[in-house]
Amino acid sequence: MAQAPAAAKPAKKGRRSEFSGMSRALVRRETISAYLFLLPSLIFFVGFVLVPMGICVVYSFLDMGINTSGTTFAGFQNYIEMAGDKVFWQSLRNTVVIVVVAVPAVTAFSLWVGSAIYPMHAAWRSFFRCVFYLPVVTGTVAVTVVWKWIFNPFTGLLNKILHTGTLDWLGNEKTAIWCIILILFTTSIGQPIVLYVAALGNVDKSLIEAAQVDGATKLQVFWKIKWPQIMPTTLYVLVITTINSFQCFALIQLLTSGGPNGSTSTLMYYIFDVAYKYQRFGYANAMGVILALIIAAFSALQFKAAKTGNE
Amino acid sequence: MDHTLSSGRSTGYKVFVIVILVLLAIFFIFPLYWIITGSFKTAADINAQVPQWFPLEPTLDNYTRLFARPAVRWLLNTVVIAVAAMFLTCLTASLAGYALAKKRFYGRKLLFTLLVCAMALPKQVIVIPLLQEMSNIPFYDFNYGEWATMHDTLLAVILPTVGWPFGVFLMKQFSETIPTEILEAARVDGAGEIRTFATIVFPMIKPGVGALAIFTFVNTWNDYFLQLIMLTSEESWTISLGIARLQGEMASDFGLIMAGASLAAIPIVAIFLLFQKYFTQGITMGAVKG
Repeated sequence: MAQAPAAAKPAKKGRRSEFSGMSRALVRRETISAYLFLLPSLIFFVGFVLVPMGICVVYSFLDMGINTSGTTFAGFQNYIEMAGDKVFWQSLRNTVVIVVVAVPAVTAFSLWVGSAIYPMHAAWRSFFRCVFYLPVVTGTVAVTVVWKWIFNPFTGLLNKILHTGTLDWLGNEKTAIWCIILILFTTSIGQPIVLYVAALGNVDKSLIEAAQVDGATKLQVFWKIKWPQIMPTTLYVLVITTINSFQCFALIQLLTSGGPNGSTSTLMYYIFDVAYKYQRFGYANAMGVILALIIAAFSALQFKAAKTGNE
Repeated sequence: MDHTLSSGRSTGYKVFVIVILVLLAIFFIFPLYWIITGSFKTAADINAQVPQWFPLEPTLDNYTRLFARPAVRWLLNTVVIAVAAMFLTCLTASLAGYALAKKRFYGRKLLFTLLVCAMALPKQVIVIPLLQEMSNIPFYDFNYGEWATMHDTLLAVILPTVGWPFGVFLMKQFSETIPTEILEAARVDGAGEIRTFATIVFPMIKPGVGALAIFTFVNTWNDYFLQLIMLTSEESWTISLGIARLQGEMASDFGLIMAGASLAAIPIVAIFLLFQKYFTQGITMGAVKG
C-alpha cells in the first residue's frame, strides 16, 4: 500500500499502468471514494452471496438432520456417503444426460435461428426474438403447468392430437426425461438467440464483402469469417446454458417429483429433497459443493476447448 | 450462369427457413395461448375427447374460484418483491459499476475477478445455506408483534436478489462508455463525487439502468426456487408459489390452474413487450466480457 504500483502489469486497451499519471494522494483518494461507491453493493454481495457460500462449505462437513441429535462435526463423512449413495449417482447421471443433450441442442439451434433472423427486416427480427423469448418471460411455473396439462394422459392435448389413447408421457421412465428436456429447451433458447443476433451484427462487414468478391460461398463465409468472430458469444452461450441446465429444478419438482423410480431426479432436485424432506442440511450442502465443482470443471473445459479451437 | 443457379437455390432455402420459423413461432407462442384460452374453458371443454382449440362457451368460473383464494395477495407480494429488488439492484449496481469501470483503486482487479467467479457459480446451490442464514437473522414481525426471523418474509427473497453480482457487472459495462475526459473536467471544476455521479454519470448510463431494471424485474418475478425455499406461509407466497400449490392440491382442475397461470404470466409478458428494447440491450451488454 505504501508505494503506488507504477510497474503494474500492462492492462488491456493500451493502458500502460492502472495508476499511470496519478499522484499517490490521488490514488488514495480514489480508493476511498471507490469503496464508498461500492459499499452498498458489497454489503449485499458479501452478506447474501459470499456468506452463504462459506456456510455451504462449512456445513458440508457437519452432520445435521432430524435423526441426529444436534450438530456434530462429521469430517468428510458426507462426501463419503455420497460416493455410496445410489440416488445421488442416478441424479448425477440424469443431470449429465440433460446437460449433454440440451446444451449442444440449444447452442446449435439458437445459432441457426439467430443467423436466419439476422438478415431480416428489423421488425421481423424483433418479432421472432420476442417469440422465442416468450417462454422465458412467461415464467417457469406457468409454462410448466401448461405442459403438465398438455402431457396429461386423460385431458392432455398431446394424446388427443396423436390419438395415442391415455399414454402417460410423464409417468413413463422412457419418455419422462425427454419431455423435461423439450420444455427446458423451449425455456432456454431465448437468451442465446438475442446474443447471437447481436454478435452477428458486430461481425466485420468488410471481411465478408472481401470474401464474397473472392467468390466464397455462403457456407465458407460463415465458417471462415463469422464463426471465429462470434466464438466469444458461443462460449458465453455454452457456459450460461450449462450452468442453467445443471440447475434444472422447477421442471422436475412440478412435473415428475423426480419419478418414476428416480428416472428424472436431478442433482438440484435431490439436494432440495434431502434438505427439505429430511432436513439433512449437511449432506445437502456437501452435494451443493460437488455440483458447484462439476459446473466449474465443465466451464473450464469449455474455455479450454474454445481456446484450442480458435488457434 | 453459376450466379443465377445459386441465387435460385437460395430463394428455395429462404422459403424453407421462413416456413420452419413460422412453425416454430407457433410452437413457442402456443403454451401462452393454451394457458389463456384454458383459463376460460369449462370443465366439459377441458375434458372433451376432441381438442377444443378455442373456448366456445367462455366462462369466468375459473377466475371466481381462483380469487376465492388469496390470489390478489400473492400477486401483490410478487409485485412488492420485484419492485423492491429492482430499485435496490439499480441503485447499488449503478454506484458499484461506475466505481469499477472508472475509478482506479487498490483491489479493483481482485474484486472484479471475485464478482465474475461468483456469477459462474450455481445460483441455486447457495439458496440452501441462505435458508439457514435467514433463519438466524432476527426480524420484528409487526403482524404478530413479536420477534421472529427473516425467513418467510419478503425481505428473504429481496436481499439475496440484490446481492447477485450480475447487475454490477452489467453497469460496469455501461459505465465504461463514459469518456474519462468528462469526469476529469468535472473534477477540475471542483464538482464533488456525488454531484459528478448524479449530474454526469447517471444521465449517461440511464439506458443501462433501464435495461437492468426490466431485467431484474422479470427475473425476480419468475425466480421460483428462491421463493419456494424462503416463503413458507400462505400469506407470504408469490403468484408462482400459489400456482405450484394449486397444482399440487387440485392436480386435475386445469381450468383453475390455467387461471392462476394467466394471472402470473399476463402482467409480466405485457411489461416485457412494453420494454423489450431495453431488455435486449441488457442481455447483450451483460455478455460482453471485460
